[in-house]
Amino acid sequence: MLSRVAERIYWMARYIERAENTARMINVNTNLLLDLPKRVTLGWQPLIQITGSKKMYDENYPEINERNVVKFLIADTRYIGSLINSLNAARENGRTIRDIIPREAWEKVNDLYLNTKNQLPQVLSRRNRYDFLGYIIGSTQGITGLLAGTMTHNFGYDFLRIGRNLERADMTSRIIDVRSVNLLPEESEDLPPYETIQWMSVLQSLSAYQNYRQQVQSRVQRGEVLKYLLQDIYFPRAFNHCIHEVHSSLKNLPRHMGPIRHLNQIIRSVETAQLDKISKKALHKYIDELQLQLAGLHQTISTTYFSIQEEQPVKSKKKKSKSKKSGKKSNASTARAAQSAATAN
Amino acid sequence: MTIKWKNYSADGFFDELILPSGRPRKSAASLCKYIASLKDDELQERKDASELAIRTMGITFTVYSEEEGGTIDRAWPFDIIPRVITNTEWEQIEKGLKQRVQALNMFINDLYNKQQILKDNIVPRNLIDDSANFRPQCVGIKPPHGVWAHICGSDLVRDKDGTVYVLEDNLRVPSGVSYMLENRAIMKRVFSELFEDYSIRPVDEYPSKLYDCLAAISPRKTKNPEIVVLTPGIYNSAYFEHSYLAQQMGAELVEGSDLLVGDDDYVYMRTVEGLSKVDVIYRRVDDLFLDPEAFHPDSMLGVRGLMRAWKKGNVALANAPGAGVADDKVIYTYVPKIIKYYLDQDPILPNVPSYRCVNKSERDYVLNNLDKLVVKPANESGGYGMLIGPQASTKEREHFANLIRRNPRNYMAQPLIILSTAPTLVDHSAEPRHLDLRPFILSSNEIYVTTGGLTRVALRKGSTVVNSSQGGGSKDTWIVED
Repeated sequence: MLSRVAERIYWMARYIERAENTARMINVNTNLLLDLPKRVTLGWQPLIQITGSKKMYDENYPEINERNVVKFLIADTRYIGSLINSLNAARENGRTIRDIIPREAWEKVNDLYLNTKNQLPQVLSRRNRYDFLGYIIGSTQGITGLLAGTMTHNFGYDFLRIGRNLERADMTSRIIDVRSVNLLPEESEDLPPYETIQWMSVLQSLSAYQNYRQQVQSRVQRGEVLKYLLQDIYFPRAFNHCIHEVHSSLKNLPRHMGPIRHLNQIIRSVETAQLDKISKKALHKYIDELQLQLAGLHQTISTTYFSIQEEQPVKSKKKKSKSKKSGKKSNASTARAAQSAATAN
Repeated sequence: MTIKWKNYSADGFFDELILPSGRPRKSAASLCKYIASLKDDELQERKDASELAIRTMGITFTVYSEEEGGTIDRAWPFDIIPRVITNTEWEQIEKGLKQRVQALNMFINDLYNKQQILKDNIVPRNLIDDSANFRPQCVGIKPPHGVWAHICGSDLVRDKDGTVYVLEDNLRVPSGVSYMLENRAIMKRVFSELFEDYSIRPVDEYPSKLYDCLAAISPRKTKNPEIVVLTPGIYNSAYFEHSYLAQQMGAELVEGSDLLVGDDDYVYMRTVEGLSKVDVIYRRVDDLFLDPEAFHPDSMLGVRGLMRAWKKGNVALANAPGAGVADDKVIYTYVPKIIKYYLDQDPILPNVPSYRCVNKSERDYVLNNLDKLVVKPANESGGYGMLIGPQASTKEREHFANLIRRNPRNYMAQPLIILSTAPTLVDHSAEPRHLDLRPFILSSNEIYVTTGGLTRVALRKGSTVVNSSQGGGSKDTWIVED
């Protein structure tokens, strides 16, 4: 399989997943705000932080309010991570490989972008938003299912799964980060009902509430939710599950030593983390670290499979692929920027 | 209502199916009878079925659209009434095309090596010196089998009296063959019953013939050489065809950035398994964009070092760079002489009579008769930069007169050939529309001609412009036993 083709499949999957997660975040935030008392002013700022787009936002909008943030995250074509741009990028990547992916999948990706674009003017009002975001989530899930059911499960499908699960792991960690650290008051006695509501909203934004209830069988509380969303191996949006999915796809690919070694480090640091009593500060630092590791893994996959340089012809096994850590100094949001690529040229 | 052939009139043009008397030609008799037997709604049903087939098969061509800020795919316009040619006539045309392409390849090979034909003053040397398509980078190269134009698309037209002429040869990156194949596939879906009555020669073997042709020039003598199709990318108007042919041949469809030339001067493609050696490149990228090292330094479409690898014989390129020197419109006028020179044969297929503006007497004739002639620049294709004298304004003719005086080498002129017509479905009735024919000729260790070719038809009434970007469509082309 051509490197270019593999790379575009990978990015298409990432962008589809990114669009879905963006829709989930907005949806849940909308619901959450309805439940909270006015004096707890959580507002819309966390979404800007989750997406690592504060600078871009501040440059273009005078204040943070529902209308602006929703517009920014869904419809602003200047912001590379907006829902509409993610869908467009998924489509542009899909267009270049439409002979490789099943035709219906390409048509769905194409339709989703065009329909979304047409609906943009209406979705800014709260009344239409819920249905619209539900449509996005349903459609992206539909595409994922269609690909699973109709695409040949060869290398290309492995790259699709890798892209989807890396993006999903990244988003899950972001949602946890912002919801638990930046925003919630330290666990305190006077807000217990709202604390529960907020953790419930975290679970709901990941469609995890029902699963959590069935599996954890204890009340919704910080430590348990953290453990569930980061370390659970069965829940499809749990961080640990996602990177295990990446692992099983990577194992099918040739020359996977470098990426797998990198991945094993991430698995270790997830599975050994002590999350029960972790402090607000330590959690933030820890999640930042996970995100950097994900960015590093992306880099390793990219140098191994996508941007092959002049060294090794297929058969020679002398050189191992390089796995350079991306600059230590970067924080999660610049790592985020590095993980955006519109590959269509 | 049904189609009544006796009411059909081609207005004095040569019609491919219907005689001036209104009776169908013998070869088209059962086809015409069948079509006349269909009621309006049945005919419409067939037309709808063909359109549906085109959509579901994804047969498109790409046009640029301002609105979408990019390109859009248009469904391929197709007419369901086929064009019929008898096998006897076709065998003659096929012979003529083989002869012509063989001579053209010998000519190109000679130009880049001994230049004997120039030394013998058959073709004037200054024509080559001034040619925009002569590539000094190719001098001294001897590609396998002495073949430069492995894939050639020659445009044939039929004049009023029924004579078939060669209008031009496309030796660079001719396109259209995928539509020829798809047209047949559509017809089989829509008119399957006709295929029972007729013995229509199949066209489907083209992709495997193309594969064989390309495999035969592989520098590595292996059973399964690595053949790739090099495309400029999805925004190219012929991208559908590039991807179609790659799929049909089981070849990898690559862009320039997928390939690299190693320190060993071999060509590799980047795959998830690492670098993998490439033997043959069927390139659908123009010469000047092939290799930024040898040609346009800012080309993003090509591969740095490709010419180096090719010159060393480490990779085969089809068509070879520089092959376009022989599809110059002025060189075209010498083709009959070229055939005589290399093969010592008379040309089987005639050229359209042409006037070379570079010769004074012929130039004077052209300048005095601009209102009767078609003037063509030497190196354009796709109908650009032409003057169609009888339809032009005085101002346009004056403009061209100046162009010719300033640069006579760059122009030739021909009488306006009125293309033959064939009945084409227009709102439930059949009307005559002008058409041409583009067969494709493959050359390497042997020469193969497609059975028929792509019939392009000008869908606008009275128009003779058959290009798909300008209102052209196409028809299936049937070569039938007489």
